[in-house]
Amino acid sequence: MNTDKDFSSLKNEGLENVSNQERRDFLKMGLAITGIFAGGTLFSAVSTFSRAHASDFAKKYPYKPHYSMVMQQHRCIDCERCMEACAATNNVPNRPGNYRTTILEKETPDAIGGKLEFIPVLCNQCNLPQCTRVCPTKATYKDKTTGIVLMDTKKCIGCLTCQLGCPYNARYFDEKNRHAVDKCNFCWDTRISKGEKDTACAQACPADVRIFGDLSNQEDRIFKIVHQIERPVWVLRPESGTRPNVFYTKG
Amino acid sequence: MAHHHTTPTLNELVSGVADRLKTAGTGFYLMVFVSLCMVLVATGLGLMTMFKGHEAYYNVYREVPWGILIAAYVFFVVTSTGLCLVSSIGHVFGVKDFMPIAKRSVFLSIATILSGFFVIAFEIKIPWKMAIYNVISPNLTSNIWWMGTLYGIYLAFMFAEYIFLLLDKHRPAVICGFSGSVAGIAAHSNLGAVFGLLMGREYWQGPYMPIYFIASAMMTGCAVIILFHILGHKVNNEQMTPDMQRALEVTTKIGILLITVILFFTTWKLIAGAAGQPGGAWPIVHSEVVGHHAFIFWFFEILMGMAGPLVLFILSKGRDMKLMLIASVSMVIGIFVMRYNLVYLGQALPVYYSLGVNEFKEMLNYFPSIYEWIITAGGFGLTALLFLIGEKVFDGHKVEEH
Ligand code: SF4
Ligand code: SF4
Repeated sequence: MNTDKDFSSLKNEGLENVSNQERRDFLKMGLAITGIFAGGTLFSAVSTFSRAHASDFAKKYPYKPHYSMVMQQHRCIDCERCMEACAATNNVPNRPGNYRTTILEKETPDAIGGKLEFIPVLCNQCNLPQCTRVCPTKATYKDKTTGIVLMDTKKCIGCLTCQLGCPYNARYFDEKNRHAVDKCNFCWDTRISKGEKDTACAQACPADVRIFGDLSNQEDRIFKIVHQIERPVWVLRPESGTRPNVFYTKG
Repeated sequence: MAHHHTTPTLNELVSGVADRLKTAGTGFYLMVFVSLCMVLVATGLGLMTMFKGHEAYYNVYREVPWGILIAAYVFFVVTSTGLCLVSSIGHVFGVKDFMPIAKRSVFLSIATILSGFFVIAFEIKIPWKMAIYNVISPNLTSNIWWMGTLYGIYLAFMFAEYIFLLLDKHRPAVICGFSGSVAGIAAHSNLGAVFGLLMGREYWQGPYMPIYFIASAMMTGCAVIILFHILGHKVNNEQMTPDMQRALEVTTKIGILLITVILFFTTWKLIAGAAGQPGGAWPIVHSEVVGHHAFIFWFFEILMGMAGPLVLFILSKGRDMKLMLIASVSMVIGIFVMRYNLVYLGQALPVYYSLGVNEFKEMLNYFPSIYEWIITAGGFGLTALLFLIGEKVFDGHKVEEH
């Protein structure tokens, strides 16, 4: 990492006497504090939390309930029951490329012990969604109460601009059932609006990977996970600036 | 050449058209036949894919949803805007040298934008819904919405302009031409913004995109003006008037200037992409310059689209029609590939590439299916068909002296 070099170029800081390992530890600490971890791909919510106060949350989580999801990534075993439950619940066609959620696989060949990690992904119900900005007909929009990004299928002309705009590959065109673009809506129409507490995927997961909840409620499990500081919490691709509502944690 | 000082009656017009069609050679009819077939086959297949679903016929997919038909659409609307802008230099802004090319260019700008609408109708999944919901549910933050709306307005102005030019009503033609240019520039910069404002697509991203689009539209306009004016004279078996030669000479000069500008833009885009390594657009720029896309980029976009024509135009001095014809044909092909590169390469880097997951370690591939090729060819067929018919119906788009 060239950050080491950056450090040694700093003069008169007494760094000559610090070993490389110590430097690295110090560096890591600094990164944890600023909230940017591993070259910008991890983003800790901790930093925003420590700056914010309970009273700020309404502003920070503008929806009520502010639905979101946390993935306990280390627990995922790639059994794909979430994917099956999702497809069955939400009438997702069984065709290539047609899915609302999937599991990505990451390999770290020189890791000690387990080398594989599984990363579940779905629509991040972004606070600043790009899909809704680019849609010409408001066929996709952010629900004012829950913050869920929904589809008004009858308005979709199938230009697929939203598919390109989405930084999370969360959308596909359903030619079979809807004749419109489809995406995860946290099971809004099929479960949550009917009073269920959990999405189909979260309920189907045997390993407690997917935790669904209300981020604006400080008693909610999801609130507590996102705002603790013992384990890292991050989001995917923070650089795309859409302010996602799906968080990841491990350890 | 007949100089009408009064507007001809309908009967005179019809018999004139009939005469010209009767005297046209077999070559003309063969070309009409071929281009008509291209349009019909494309329409038939396009409608079939529309009703049976694109999935089975097109090679676009979830991660690369925009294919060659979008590229062709971009190509045609860019060409149309370019024709409109370059031709307005003459009859809207009064630069006399450009006057002779006005009529044919305006006609062609209509033909090319119709071709653009033709191909996009087969790429959008449910195009008729656009006509309804673009109107009753507009999203004003959407560049696609603005582009569609503004191109609609643009088309209306260009139509009106051509009709006024035909009727020899100069003032309203100028007003429509000016309004058309304004709508065209606005529409066009929105097309640039469709790409340029997509966050997380580094290859496209950047505020310079709309400017790049306008400059490259005018470059394309020059190529197409030269191409179709030379072809038009061949179709009509006519010698070029000195005025026309002069107009093409000036167009060639502007073409040379604009090619240089776009080469400059392209160079800086590559440098910017390379400077961002290893993140950002670097993997794409790498594959474009030295990787699996390099031949297509260097041979078509750079050599055929710009460098070759640049040399030929300079050698031709704007007077050697043969060199100019070769240069403009080469340029049209090269520029088409340039649009294809823009559309495809912008999608080639998976959004999860930086995550390093097994599914998205490689650049995404796309190659058009036979159906996509045929429909694209249909777009070119439509331009050719309208051009050929226009030459006979409107008598070589002659511009009268005032
Ligand atoms: S494909 Fe449908 S939802 Fe997506 S941007 Fe186009 S009209 Fe909107
Ligand atoms: S993840 Fe994609 S589809 Fe979901 S809200 Fe964000 S931009 Fe839209």
